Amino acid sequence: MSEAEIVAAILWLALTAYAVLAGADFGGGVWDLLASGPHEAEQRRAVAEAMGPVWEANHVWLIFMIVGLFTGFPAAFGILSMALYLPFTIALVGIVFRGAAFAFRAHGREEVGAASAWGVAFGGASVIAPFFMATGAAAVASGSIRVSGGHLVSGFEAGWATPYGLLVGLFAVAMCAYIAATYLTVETEGTPLEGDFRRRAAVAGLVAGAAAITSLVLAPFAAPSLAHALFGRGLPLLVIALINGPIALVAVWRSRPRVARIAVAAQVIFVLWAWAVGQWPYLVPPDLTIADAAAPNATLTALLVVTGIGSLLLLPSLWFLFRVFKSRNPAAIY
Amino acid sequence: MDNVTLARATMGTSLAFHIVFAVLGVGLPLLMLVAEGLWLRTQDEVWLNLARRWSKAFGILFAVGAVSGTSLSFELGLLWPRFMAFSGAIFGLPFSAEGFAFFIEAIFLGLYLYGWDRLTPVVHWLTSIPIAVSGALSAVFVVMANAWMNSPSGFRLGSDGGLLDVDPLAAALNPSTPTEDPHMLVSAYVVTGSLVASVYAIGLLRRRDDPLHRRGLVLGMSMAAVAIVLAGITGDTSARFIYQAQPAKFASMEGIYHTVRGAPVHLGGIPVDSEQRVVGAIEIPNLLSLLAAFDPNAVVRGLDTFPPNDRPNTVLVHLSFDTMVGFGTLIGLTAALFWLLVIFRRRLPMWRPLLFLIVVTGPASVMAMEAGWFVTEFGRQPWIVYEVLRTSEAATNAPALGPTFLIFFAIYIGLAVTTARLLLLQAKRNRAAA
Ligand code: HDD
Ligand code: HEM
Ligand code: HEM
Repeated sequence: MSEAEIVAAILWLALTAYAVLAGADFGGGVWDLLASGPHEAEQRRAVAEAMGPVWEANHVWLIFMIVGLFTGFPAAFGILSMALYLPFTIALVGIVFRGAAFAFRAHGREEVGAASAWGVAFGGASVIAPFFMATGAAAVASGSIRVSGGHLVSGFEAGWATPYGLLVGLFAVAMCAYIAATYLTVETEGTPLEGDFRRRAAVAGLVAGAAAITSLVLAPFAAPSLAHALFGRGLPLLVIALINGPIALVAVWRSRPRVARIAVAAQVIFVLWAWAVGQWPYLVPPDLTIADAAAPNATLTALLVVTGIGSLLLLPSLWFLFRVFKSRNPAAIY
Repeated sequence: MDNVTLARATMGTSLAFHIVFAVLGVGLPLLMLVAEGLWLRTQDEVWLNLARRWSKAFGILFAVGAVSGTSLSFELGLLWPRFMAFSGAIFGLPFSAEGFAFFIEAIFLGLYLYGWDRLTPVVHWLTSIPIAVSGALSAVFVVMANAWMNSPSGFRLGSDGGLLDVDPLAAALNPSTPTEDPHMLVSAYVVTGSLVASVYAIGLLRRRDDPLHRRGLVLGMSMAAVAIVLAGITGDTSARFIYQAQPAKFASMEGIYHTVRGAPVHLGGIPVDSEQRVVGAIEIPNLLSLLAAFDPNAVVRGLDTFPPNDRPNTVLVHLSFDTMVGFGTLIGLTAALFWLLVIFRRRLPMWRPLLFLIVVTGPASVMAMEAGWFVTEFGRQPWIVYEVLRTSEAATNAPALGPTFLIFFAIYIGLAVTTARLLLLQAKRNRAAA
């Protein structure tokens, strides 16, 4: 592998970590918004307790991806920032509201109250942010972003403001809700809340599954380059995902929270990597490859060195954080 | 308005907002570390009380800093895609290092805020060290990137405009880094110290004279006093560097329109471009040349030696510079008076006019810091990368920049108001509990 490819793989790992960890935080917002039934207040509290100590660390994966992208692949960063100006700006508004609203409630609970306008902002923003980030991903994967002579030629709506983009957005939101509810069944194991979150996980899992199957079926027509990726080199991982999906749902339904948690997280990983492996070596298909967009080698080397040193500090710290806060239920790693 | 103006307005607003929370992210962890450490040594609950109150406030401040910082990372690309496509490979390295500093800061902050009951007191105290260190490092790294925009180095331009010989380490350690970085870092401590002292001075003015308020005041004034001396020294170094490296910025700071030997300092006044002079200023002959080059007759290059479209906005830069230095002087004098009284009277001065002055230094320090950034950023114009890339060539041509600006402006106002309200309510609750 070239240095550029290693950097691309590292960024994809960061994207995976963001999806698996922060995705659950967005999903937590969804369940805060949809909290209902006799345990409504307890559901909100469980979400807040699960997210509180970890959401800021989970959020940094996004920052890491952005700075890694503009350092390692400045040309791709420039093009993507232009092509996806609108969805990214809307997602950004969501991210800002989500974080601020959560903190205002968590650290000013007595002052603002759980069901205030900030609560609605927290839940609403948790839907908006992953939805619009995913429409951006759909634009990339479907090969709609066109570059010619280093310039963007496909305009500002291409690929994301389409029915297919919306479908992928729906899939992402459902997936976030699914991960969150599954993790929360582990966090609340043995309490009355476990059943609440199990039912929520099952519903979200069915919605996510339906959206996934629909988008697979439609891909050859609506997103040929994604179909090419998934049914081409991505096929083995896609097949694994198609087998794992039902396993995860059954584990959720049969009240095997710990198996379910691993299976659902794995599902996110399989889907993301089926896409990545499928479109390799393209960064922004069909016009920008990893090599085309890469920074000079001196930069890539420096980036790898910084990442190596940084990881030596980061990984033990992260392990410590999760050990302290996720060991109440001994098996809970989220 | 055109895209360039809107992009600049959005970027400037976001940065000016973020920096207030960022400097508290640098300074407050250090104060919490000291207070909690003093509690561990003395077992005096007042110190613990201070650390706990600050940590509660910090939970909110950090989150607002984190989300506004996220806006900035996006905005670099969304507003300035051509700038980033050009510069990313050169000055991205410090940003990447900063990413790891954020990770460490966020992780240990999670442990610190939620770990009061889960960690032993010593381990809890230890978690504040990485927060304070990585807070300072994030400031150091991000300002390296800004310094590169002022002194672009670590690359060559090929004849086709392509990049050659990129050296990201040389770019990070560009000639502006040794002057900008220390000045920014100590300014962060000036602001934190002054704001904290200001808060407790308000309490003391309202006759809440108890050990908690006294110690809060002393800790804040200690930080502010040490840092303001260093801010003066590092600021002076910055100014001398600018004299050589960015003569147009320097001339604008001082309102020097015509090249002169033995240039004066203009205190205050308003530069009037049409008359090519500073109106209403107190003029101190030869002082500028003396300060800038240690020679009362040194030559200072005037704005008239630059083509009109290569000049920064002199009015803004000059007034910002005077605001920074003026408020800096006020903070320095206040701190000097306070500590002289402490040393000679051997007790805390409760003299109301002095307490009132300390209250004023809080907001004044924030304005000094914002003004300093205005000097740096407006003084660099019309260049986004000094003498390499013009700001006007770097903006996006995306639609809807106007609504973006308005939306973010409204969001920042909402966040500022809510943050202020929550902090006030926290203070009220603290008092009720005490
Ligand atoms: C509490 C804040 C504060 C105080 C009291 C001062 N400064 Fe400052 N100054 C800043 C906060 C600041 C800043 C916001 O932190 C800046 C913006 C960029 C930077 O590195 O620091 C800055 C920039 C800045 C620059 C521009 C540097 C550049 O463009 O590279 C100069 C020349 C000075 N300062 C000079 C001074 C002098 C001579 C001071 C004498 C008292 C002073 N500053 C006090
Ligand atoms: C946090 C304190 C800072 C403040 C208050 C600040 C302020 C401003 C302002 C007012 C502008 C608009 C300039 C104009 O319209 O003439 C601006 C522009 C800009 N600043 Fe800063 N700045 C800060 C730090 C930084 C840092 C650390 C960087 C980064 C590396 C940076 C990068 C930029 C960029 C890319 C622009 C847009 C281009 C330009 O107008 O030059 N700024 N900033
Ligand atoms: C273009 C300029 C800037 C960018 C792109 C930027 C980016 C960011 C980002 C993404 C975060 C959030 C990290 C997290 O999630 O935990 C953040 C927070 C922070 N930034 Fe900035 N920043 C900029 C300017 C500055 C400046 C000038 C300073 C200097 C003091 C600074 C210091 C910090 C600190 C200390 C934090 C931690 C959050 C807090 O404690 O409130 N940033 N910044």
